[in-house]
Amino acid sequence: MLKALFLILIFPGFLFLFIFGLWAEYFDRKVYARMQNRVGPPWFQPLADMIKLLAKENLIPEEANELFFRWAPVVALTSVVTSFMYIPLWGTKALYSFNGDLVVVLYLLTLPTIAFFIGGWYSTSLFARIGSVRMISQLFAYEVPLLMAFLSPAIIANTWSISGISSFYKGHPLYILINLIALFVAMVAVQGKLEKAPFDIPEAETEIVAGGFTEYSGRLYAILRLTIDMELIVVASLIAAIFLPFGLGYGKIIGFALYLIKVISLVFIFALARTVLARLRLDQMIAFCWQYLVPLALIQVLINIMVMGLLK
Amino acid sequence: MNNKQPDEFKIPIGPQHPALKEPASFSVALKGEKILGVEIRLGYNHRGIEKACEERTYIQDVYLVERICGICSHAHSTCFVQAVEEITGLDVPKRAKYIRTIIGELERVHSHYLWLGVAGHEIGFDTLLMYTWRDREVVMDLLASITGNRVNYGMNTIGGVRQDITRENVKEILGAIKTLEDRTQYYIEVATQEPTVINRLSGVGMISKEDSLKLGAVGPTARASGIEKDVRKDDPYAAYDEINFKVITDDHNDVFGRTVVRLKELLESYSIIKQALSALPDTPISVKAPRKIPAGEAISRYEAPRGEDIHYVKANGTDKPERVKVRAPTLANIQAVRKMLQDRYLADLPIVIAAIDPCFSCTDRLISINNLDKGEQKVMDWMTLRDYSIEWYKGKGVDFSVASKRLGRIS
Amino acid sequence: MSFGKMIKEALESLFRKPATLNYPVEKGKVPERVRGKLIFDPDKCIGCQLCVKDCPSEAIKINKVGDKYEAEIDLGKCIYCGQCVDSCVKKALAITNEFELAQLESSKLKVKLHGEPKKEP
Repeated sequence: MLKALFLILIFPGFLFLFIFGLWAEYFDRKVYARMQNRVGPPWFQPLADMIKLLAKENLIPEEANELFFRWAPVVALTSVVTSFMYIPLWGTKALYSFNGDLVVVLYLLTLPTIAFFIGGWYSTSLFARIGSVRMISQLFAYEVPLLMAFLSPAIIANTWSISGISSFYKGHPLYILINLIALFVAMVAVQGKLEKAPFDIPEAETEIVAGGFTEYSGRLYAILRLTIDMELIVVASLIAAIFLPFGLGYGKIIGFALYLIKVISLVFIFALARTVLARLRLDQMIAFCWQYLVPLALIQVLINIMVMGLLK
Repeated sequence: MNNKQPDEFKIPIGPQHPALKEPASFSVALKGEKILGVEIRLGYNHRGIEKACEERTYIQDVYLVERICGICSHAHSTCFVQAVEEITGLDVPKRAKYIRTIIGELERVHSHYLWLGVAGHEIGFDTLLMYTWRDREVVMDLLASITGNRVNYGMNTIGGVRQDITRENVKEILGAIKTLEDRTQYYIEVATQEPTVINRLSGVGMISKEDSLKLGAVGPTARASGIEKDVRKDDPYAAYDEINFKVITDDHNDVFGRTVVRLKELLESYSIIKQALSALPDTPISVKAPRKIPAGEAISRYEAPRGEDIHYVKANGTDKPERVKVRAPTLANIQAVRKMLQDRYLADLPIVIAAIDPCFSCTDRLISINNLDKGEQKVMDWMTLRDYSIEWYKGKGVDFSVASKRLGRIS
Repeated sequence: MSFGKMIKEALESLFRKPATLNYPVEKGKVPERVRGKLIFDPDKCIGCQLCVKDCPSEAIKINKVGDKYEAEIDLGKCIYCGQCVDSCVKKALAITNEFELAQLESSKLKVKLHGEPKKEP
């Protein structure tokens, strides 16, 4: 019981995710700044921001629905942290795993988007409403290719559990190469979930101030920012666990180091994409997702089904 | 609008908004993401400069007019000084004209780089903002070492210029232009070949050639619709009648065209500066101007980075002008914005507004009263406006007795 | 379709020194012509008040002290245009490139200029 509490709250649970999330935000901002020839923030900047936000006053608009406004960020944070429990980090076994936890994790990762939408909608501010509607429209665009990309390795592994997928590919490492298209589709579609350029339409600063987060301030805003940071780590770990499951049999220390390297390289690639691409318009983004990403994901699914058939 | 749909609403872009660099109010009627119409209100930056010019001598006015805008400061100052020199009939020496041309073109370079950065920021491409503004520092440092200040150069005086360009300055300018030319070629490549940038800029803010002419657009906004109008060619001033350059036009009719026009104008500016530097004549840099300007009036035009800038000066024989009127280019371009935004998406609004390169500090000059209840429109003169405002404040309960005793006037 | 045209430049910038000047720890080179604080030579001033007349912001005042004149400048009002330098018939005013003139109290911004000590040849 005590061991379970330690695992969930400290390592590799909440505290580890907290520290790693804040460090990843620092890394992302520093790399972004250096690529633009600037200096960038010092290492304690995200922690300082968090502390400052916790000390500020919570302003709730008069016409907003207080219940939803207050609880939406908390729901988002909880679902993100919960989904981390099912992802294997340095071995092939996650903290808790069961057959079907891949679907559960993907569902739990959709929940923050819905929670942000509800929080923004019930803010009743004009900008917040436009931003939250954009968030849901974006969800329709990237969700389908994202789910297809994540589910295609599961077809070959013949199991719906992330830990099971991990151990399958550990045993047959060459099959990782078949899933490369899905890796590409997942990395592009996940920019929509994380709301990073070129898909950062819901939080377009120059058009609608801050989108769904406009009316948030103080402690609730701190929870929102923490959710966004943690989401980055959770999604990067999920991609590393499903598409890059190599080097998992070398024991705990080396496995953990490899995991860190994988996640940090993914964060670096996301920061690079953020730097060199402009923001797309909503209709352009939906057109792009449905015209290019969905066919690619379908091709990957077909390839995997054929490989499954050949293996039999 | 009694049968409004539930998803039709109005959002205020401005006066305070992250998309705008200066306050202006755009009241946008939206249906979902589509723009149904825009109502524009200006006037938040009105400082009463035209009136202040009448209270100061001509020499003091040169500095005041320069500070109408930080980016087009040399444009306004040169335009004003040209008008006064025309009234007086002064013969400005050639070297002064060449120096004015060089500084004017350097200002155009600095302004277009600033515009590139702002456009990048509006489409979410912050990297372009950081890179172009880093390169702009080269021009600003150059201007600081030639004229003494990074903005508001203080180069003009009535009758010529105040500082000379030495041989070291010439070497500095040529070195800086070489660096900037390479960077401009790189930005032309990026702007015309990066797919996300092209997607955001093409087809956005379209206005046809006929509409452009009808609504009176000037500068790069008009030139991107194929209209070949440039004050430097149509009505040459300073040293432009002795320099070879092309007027850049484009026929895309949209924001992408405006970007291309500005980038190519940068290359033309480098060529103009190089020609002017190699042909700098050896004359004094100013003639002595009288303090009392004889009676007369003059209009002078100048091609500011944003378009055509018009100054009208009326002198009456004293050392203070009787009337100064400024028509900035943004006032001419803002009428076209409403047409450009019809049937477009909300996401296009910041970049369309940024594409005409708005400078509301230049624009807010005249006051026109719209009496919305009676549906009439009139222009008030100074004394009527003063009486009107005093009556209004009296109605709110403000007591004027102390102030009128001090001013010695009866209100 | 070449996405990410700037990738090469971005990756190169990663390893270059940032273009930021860490002012005030690092100070850049100030060009000679930069217009900053004024200096005044009371031996040359004849009290004609032309500089006062021409100042666009009424920042300078010439007061008679004994049989010489002193200049009183409000550094907050001065726009550092240098018109007084040009207007002075006797060349008693000159402009330096000292621009770090910020103060915490606005009364400290009104300075009286008595003149610079003569430089040894």
